[in-house]
Amino acid sequence: MAHAETHDPNTPLEYRSEVGRLNILGFWIFLGAEIALFATLFATYMVLTHRIADGPALGELFEVKSLLIQTFLLLTSSFTCGLAVHEMRRHNVKGLMLWMIITLGLGLGFLYFEIQEFLHFIHEGANIGTSAAWSGFFVLVGTHGAHVTFGIFWVTMVLIQVAKRGLTPATSAKVFITSLYWHFLDVVWIFIFTAVYLMGMVMHHG
Amino acid sequence: MKWDEFFVTGDPLIYGADVSIVLTMAGILFYMTRYKKWKWLWTEWLTTVDHKKLGIMYIVSAVLMLFRGGVDALLMRTQLAVPEAKFLDSQHYNEIFTTHGTIMIIFMAMPFLIGIINVVVPLQIGARDVAYPYLNAVSFWTFFIGAMLFNISFVIGGSPSAGWTSYMPLASNELSPGPGQNYYLWGLQIAGIGTLLTGINFLVTILKMRAPGMTLFRMPMFTWSSLVTMVIIIFAFPILTVALALMSFDRLFGSHFFTLQGEGMDMLWANLFWLWGHPEVYIVILPAFGIFSEIISTFSKKTLFGYKAMIWSMLLIAGYSFLVWVHHFFTMGSGAAVNSVFSITTMAIGIPTGVKIFNWLFTMYRGKIQFTTPMLWSLGFIVNFVVGGVTGVMLAMAAADYQYHNTYFLVSHFHYVLIAGTVFGCFAGLIYWYPKMFGYKLNERIGKWVFWLFTIGFNVCFMPQYFLGLDGMPRRVYTYSEESGWGPLNMLSTIGGFMMGIAFLVLVYNMYYSFRFAKRETTGDAWGGRTLEWSTPAAMPPFYNFAKIPEVTGLDHFWRQKQEGKVEKLTAKDIKKIHMPNNSGVPFIMGSFFFVLGFGFVFDWMWMAIIGLIGVIGTLIYRSFEYDDGYYVSVEEVIETEKISK
Amino acid sequence: MQRLKPFITFGLLMAVFMLSGCSDMVVLDPKGPVGEQQKDLIMYSIWFMLFILLVVYALTAFIVYKYRDRKNHKGYDPDNEGSHLLETIWWIIPIIITIALAVPTVKTIYSLEGPPEETKDQKPLVINATSVDWKWVFTYPEQDIETVNYLHIPEDRPVLFKLTSADSMASFWVPQLGGQKYAMAGMETELYLQADEQGTYEGRNSNFTGEGFTDHTFDVMAMSDEEFEKWASEAKAEAPELTKEQYDKLMLPGHVKEMTFSSTHLDFVNHADEADYAIKARERLGYEPLIPHSKEAKKKREEEKKKKQEESESHGDSHAH
Repeated sequence: MAHAETHDPNTPLEYRSEVGRLNILGFWIFLGAEIALFATLFATYMVLTHRIADGPALGELFEVKSLLIQTFLLLTSSFTCGLAVHEMRRHNVKGLMLWMIITLGLGLGFLYFEIQEFLHFIHEGANIGTSAAWSGFFVLVGTHGAHVTFGIFWVTMVLIQVAKRGLTPATSAKVFITSLYWHFLDVVWIFIFTAVYLMGMVMHHG
Repeated sequence: MKWDEFFVTGDPLIYGADVSIVLTMAGILFYMTRYKKWKWLWTEWLTTVDHKKLGIMYIVSAVLMLFRGGVDALLMRTQLAVPEAKFLDSQHYNEIFTTHGTIMIIFMAMPFLIGIINVVVPLQIGARDVAYPYLNAVSFWTFFIGAMLFNISFVIGGSPSAGWTSYMPLASNELSPGPGQNYYLWGLQIAGIGTLLTGINFLVTILKMRAPGMTLFRMPMFTWSSLVTMVIIIFAFPILTVALALMSFDRLFGSHFFTLQGEGMDMLWANLFWLWGHPEVYIVILPAFGIFSEIISTFSKKTLFGYKAMIWSMLLIAGYSFLVWVHHFFTMGSGAAVNSVFSITTMAIGIPTGVKIFNWLFTMYRGKIQFTTPMLWSLGFIVNFVVGGVTGVMLAMAAADYQYHNTYFLVSHFHYVLIAGTVFGCFAGLIYWYPKMFGYKLNERIGKWVFWLFTIGFNVCFMPQYFLGLDGMPRRVYTYSEESGWGPLNMLSTIGGFMMGIAFLVLVYNMYYSFRFAKRETTGDAWGGRTLEWSTPAAMPPFYNFAKIPEVTGLDHFWRQKQEGKVEKLTAKDIKKIHMPNNSGVPFIMGSFFFVLGFGFVFDWMWMAIIGLIGVIGTLIYRSFEYDDGYYVSVEEVIETEKISK
Repeated sequence: MQRLKPFITFGLLMAVFMLSGCSDMVVLDPKGPVGEQQKDLIMYSIWFMLFILLVVYALTAFIVYKYRDRKNHKGYDPDNEGSHLLETIWWIIPIIITIALAVPTVKTIYSLEGPPEETKDQKPLVINATSVDWKWVFTYPEQDIETVNYLHIPEDRPVLFKLTSADSMASFWVPQLGGQKYAMAGMETELYLQADEQGTYEGRNSNFTGEGFTDHTFDVMAMSDEEFEKWASEAKAEAPELTKEQYDKLMLPGHVKEMTFSSTHLDFVNHADEADYAIKARERLGYEPLIPHSKEAKKKREEEKKKKQEESESHGDSHAH
């Protein structure tokens, strides 16, 4: 892992590396809890997906174009995030900053299109209070979107710290943890893409 | 919400509570100011990140909550003592049983055990603190704030009254309007964050902070039970987080997850609630199992029987805990196949639990049993818990459950497991580790009075309830008719309840009595212990726990060292400077903002909720930018501390 | 011996309770084949449980007594840390007990899904039972009549209850006839019951539904076939029709007296398909749920208390129920 390379037993930073190590392990476990959280939301969505009351069916309003743009932006951002960590391991602060800022840009783009999509749905008469199915949709996809929003703020904070302090065992551990978080959101999106959008459209049109 | 309805009015009981709250607050303010204790309170307690102090704060809060939940219980028992009683009206009774259940599980049992885990686990594994001391303080303050938010409901705005299970659609805006149910949602949500963080913190602590030589299969059983508990917490609590959030959305933002309108699904709430709720039951029982394992082994002067079987049975129980939730609603009509499967998985939990019972019994076999108070509670546990266990198996038989469900038979069953298991475990653990926390034992003679009063009271209170259940008395009714014939057994039950209440008071008196008169311990080994927490030279370990981290060579390392006369004496040469984390006031401040956030949501005052949210995020950012490297305790200071405490 | 006393006392106490209580506790005194099956299963399991308790208590008493710390203590073995034989035994015995309990449990679960064995050739009487805060509406679709808060059923004939709810989740339970099942809005669950003896049995909702939950009860009268037919045709001929307006009023939370109608609400709504009917009816009638601690709610509670008191007084005067 990233911090292992910066770890040098002769420096006074040794303890800090230990903190980094613990934090990374703790964050992996936290992601385990996040999996449980999203699994519950997915299960809820699945149970409610046909309960549309008087509102529109889910697949009826989904649009392929917006979906593909969002997916492309988020998947690419995961890739650039990986490049950023790669640069960090080469101690290239500039490369790290550059790729991370691109990641953030892509994340913002994703959010823009997601919000546009939500506004479109609301315009078409589907909001959180339309039916159980739409409640499930908005809360599941919205929770992912809220995670992305939080991630953008978080990464920005960490980048400010890297700019101020340079790459230290502490800042690098933080960068690495935010990258784990970012990749995780990407994985969750793949599930949303499949279980919500693809299945929704197939069931409606197919 | 009108302003003149902000405070709950019209009930003499509530006015009494108002007066006592104001008097207590005034008394505390006066005392703290008069004796200039504010600074001490801030530096020693409110900002501490020391696991032992946080543990003590958890336990103190839990004992307070036990008092509150106990008063609720006695109010209920008073109302039910005779048929057609007019002591409480229906609404008031409903509020009381709702807060009783919620407080006892979420704000009493769990924090009590987490408190004991906080004090003991780092010491048992030979660590100087937990993996994330700062996060530990955040956990405590979110729990505490959640508890306070929930507790003020009975004087401000009105308590929730939909039961601790809060089944939908009863708990929806249409059937339970007002702030009451919101208190439930936000009190639990905020406290739940703390619990999840505790889960991560202690899992990493146990996995990564063990003393050299302490392999997983050399860990004390209490540490093992904590480890398993933390894993359950990590997977169960997110489910509660989601369930509470979805109900909050239903109530605040008009979504339709569980509502009658919009094709919401009330059964989904029941499923989500118990998907968390059943593991929750094991979260509050497994640490108690760990406590009993330690105590029975210590006071039988014998190695725990079947160490590995104990661990495997716990892992099995943890796994099963996620596979039995449907038994809470066999009567939902899920079909014969589903009910059969869940009947069998539920009964199967009895197998590893039975194994544990026999292993405890055989730990005593060929031992030298000392009847100290912690041991009495442990024996009381075995005898009473088995009753809860066998009736649990009876309830697991779905076809029979159709007749037990929603009756006092069920009420009695879960009190037999939760009191004889969890509460006995909390008491046993508190008494056992009391000298570790405060430097002296609780008085044993008074302690035995407490034990007998409580145990007899407990049986007098709950044994009749099995029979009331079989006689068709449903739970949660606020009164019953003369003709029902339930009067005498209810009266008996009430008498038992008050015996338990008296026992609690005697326990509190014992704390005072022992504080005044108990002989102070001069060594760290108050009971002839087996595990590392007893190996510190001082009765109360210093803030860094161990001057020198022990090296462990086997199970019950300290006991074996004592047997072989090889207990190491510290020399100045062994001492190196010790790194410790700094105190921080941020967790407390963050907790306060959580209160603002929760209170805003409870009353649907979004401006207030947003202020709270900004505050919480602000403290997060502040912490992210704060590079706190901790500090070093110098060799001289360690040497001095160790000498003083010798 | 001193230390065994509490255990022995405890055991005796339990035995006394068991012996004195069994005969007249409603669950163990069933009046129909469904309750009978459940009672048999319960008794079967109770013997197992008593056996387990006996073994554990005897073992505890023996070990605690024999190995207590005393002078001339014998048999102390601090390193005795396990025994494969013993541990295998107490893994296997609980497994056997579990199987012994699981088999009849599963059999009974499956058997309770259908009508009782002895009357399965008879056509069951169908009754729709609908829970509304805090009353029960019973519909006899074949007889085309409806009752509120009471039931008439013929004896020796299976009754198929189709359960649903207009609002909160309730549980339909007649302890002396058999176990309960939930009644939920937007859902229909089915429960077979049967009475083998004539008489009046108490039924109730056992699942907490809020303020009026305690009195959410009904009476079941089991009678001969002829009497039942007579009652049903009389109701059809003499009882008033159920109008939608009247039914909507029933949707308001509260208690009502027993009622009989010569038509059914299934003509305009089935709550199993329309979960929000009651909520909408309340809106139509301008009903607003009250926050429990608001002034209006308190006033209403006071009024109801007074009304109840007056009722019970006048009730006491007229006749004993």
